[in-house]
Amino acid sequence: MATVEYRQATCTYPGMSVPAVDALDLHIEDGEFMVLVGPSGSGKSTALRMLAGLEMVSSGEVLIGGKVVTGAPPKARDIAMVFQSYALYPHLTVRDNLAFPLKQKRVPHEERTRLVEEAARILEIEALLDRRPRQLSGGQRQRVAMGRAIVRQPQAFLMDEPLSNLDAKLRVQTRAEISALQHRLGITTVYVTHDQIEAMTLGHRVAVLRDGKLQQCDTPRTLYEHPDNVFVAGFVGSPAMNLDRLPFDGTAVRFGEVAIPLPGPAAAAARGAGLSEVVFGIRPDALHPLPAPSANGTPRLSCRVHLVEDTGADAWVHLDIPDGAAALRLVARADARSLPAVGDTIPVAVRVAEAHVFDPSSGQRLGD
Amino acid sequence: MSTLGTTTFGPSGVPGALGEPTTRPASRRRRRGSTPATIAVVVVAAIWFFPIYYMIIDAFKPSYDLLTFPPQLWPSHWTLSNFQQAFTVNGAGPTVPQPSFLSSLFVSLVVSLVVVLFSVAISMFAALAAARFNFRGRGPMLVALLVAQMVPFAALLIPIFIELNKLGLIFTLPALIIAYVAPVLPFTIWTLRGFVAAVPADIEEAALTDGCSRLSAFRKVIFPLIAPGLVATSIFAFLLAWNDFAYANIILGNSGSIFGGSQETATVWLVSLINPSRVTPWGELFAASLIFTIPVMVFFLVIQRRLAAGLTAGAVKA
Repeated sequence: MATVEYRQATCTYPGMSVPAVDALDLHIEDGEFMVLVGPSGSGKSTALRMLAGLEMVSSGEVLIGGKVVTGAPPKARDIAMVFQSYALYPHLTVRDNLAFPLKQKRVPHEERTRLVEEAARILEIEALLDRRPRQLSGGQRQRVAMGRAIVRQPQAFLMDEPLSNLDAKLRVQTRAEISALQHRLGITTVYVTHDQIEAMTLGHRVAVLRDGKLQQCDTPRTLYEHPDNVFVAGFVGSPAMNLDRLPFDGTAVRFGEVAIPLPGPAAAAARGAGLSEVVFGIRPDALHPLPAPSANGTPRLSCRVHLVEDTGADAWVHLDIPDGAAALRLVARADARSLPAVGDTIPVAVRVAEAHVFDPSSGQRLGD
Repeated sequence: MSTLGTTTFGPSGVPGALGEPTTRPASRRRRRGSTPATIAVVVVAAIWFFPIYYMIIDAFKPSYDLLTFPPQLWPSHWTLSNFQQAFTVNGAGPTVPQPSFLSSLFVSLVVSLVVVLFSVAISMFAALAAARFNFRGRGPMLVALLVAQMVPFAALLIPIFIELNKLGLIFTLPALIIAYVAPVLPFTIWTLRGFVAAVPADIEEAALTDGCSRLSAFRKVIFPLIAPGLVATSIFAFLLAWNDFAYANIILGNSGSIFGGSQETATVWLVSLINPSRVTPWGELFAASLIFTIPVMVFFLVIQRRLAAGLTAGAVKA
């Protein structure tokens, strides 16, 4: 178990002018489950591979356990990696796949057997030990890949989208198992995913990347409630935060004819920056299509229902607000027991205290 | 003489192109062929196989039955004397003393195995580089490998002879080995490149993170996975060297020497039996030809499944 650190770590591929990972500064505590999340091309896998030693570090440093490993080969870093494709050795049995890293470390046969059987027991794959990868299902292969990682008790686990090849149900189940396993073993884990739900449910902290740059690194709750910029605000949370560029009159933004007063610190910051427009963000669960009994004084928008999505546990209503020639669109959470119909015009209450305000040019958060 | 790209299964007599699957998936239902198509197949197979059949039966005929007219399509008498004498009959070439059949078989075997060893070793690492690494000139190199395969094997004989002569190697065994390895490399590199490329890079990277160096990752992970490709390319190289006559006759002649004394390959020795200075020992010639085909037949029988897998597996990503 060890800390992991990126210090201004940059990776620029030969012939490219834009770095794939740009001056990444990230410190991961011993035993922490850190998730790197971002859209395709954000540099999250490249950052992971830099840690593994599979990609070169153009500048900066990578440290594991306080030791600089920037130029060290993968085998010298004492890390174990789980690949998106599992990367099981097809010519070896499951037992030999699990034992492979131990053989490279010259672990004695008896100890090797004990560790393999223990890993198989933890992952409940004892019955599969004599099979070959082609005889396994996707979920079983994923377990074997995990087993090959845990069997050697490395300083850090690196996981590159290990659940992306599983079906939705198995993904949810395996996600919980990975979380429990990491909690049990306490090994520092760096996990890459493009799925923000995986990121929010698995990580102690989540680092959001975009175009190779770190946008924000925080706990899932902080990322959700306090995004630092428009990108993080729109990326974290499902459905995504409603984000609209609206005119600002010094205290409020205007949704068509309706003025929504901004939270004090945000309004002050926008005034101080001399902004006439701001990006107003409000999460779907901060909007109520039908006013709650205790919503007295809460600003209300008059919206036309465009689409209703009933997912069973939740219901999401897509709303249009006329704004001159254009229409603003919002998504709001609704009570599944009393859904409006498409085409209805309904009042929507806005919980202003949960609004987020961003600078329209820099995208940075305004206020606290 | 074999030419690149037209290696045949002459000795084994198995009809059909190289790479024809030896097993049919159980799920595929046999379709009924039409009668004219079946007849055509039988006729073509018979024409193709007849010379081989005739060689086999003549190997077991006594000398007085060999040149009868009309020819006997089934021996009236069977004998093994041709096989006994094949190992004692002298060739009729200019060299004195004449090399024996056994020594010429040995020369052929040594040359063929060394050609296989060198061509597989060189092409394995070249294929790894072509498939895995980006380097300057990689694209033109691949195009050159492809273009080189379009040149007929026979067309390279004279330029290779000239170059070997300049190097002072002509009429030596190393010269013949070089002459076989050079034209076979484009095919073996190209084929093995496909096999290496079919091994996902993830698997090699997994081996690196599991504690392997690049070399040990190749040895422990990639090498076993490209084994079918190695078998296929080995066969190709072996057949090229084993069956060839023109290169062996021109570049080595009967000047090759392994343990002292003049040696020649088995193909050259077989042809030297036919000489206008004497009566051709047809029985011994056919018996020796049949013995000549045995190593290849045995080899194919042993590795035929791996060969088919090797020639088809590279097309499907694991």
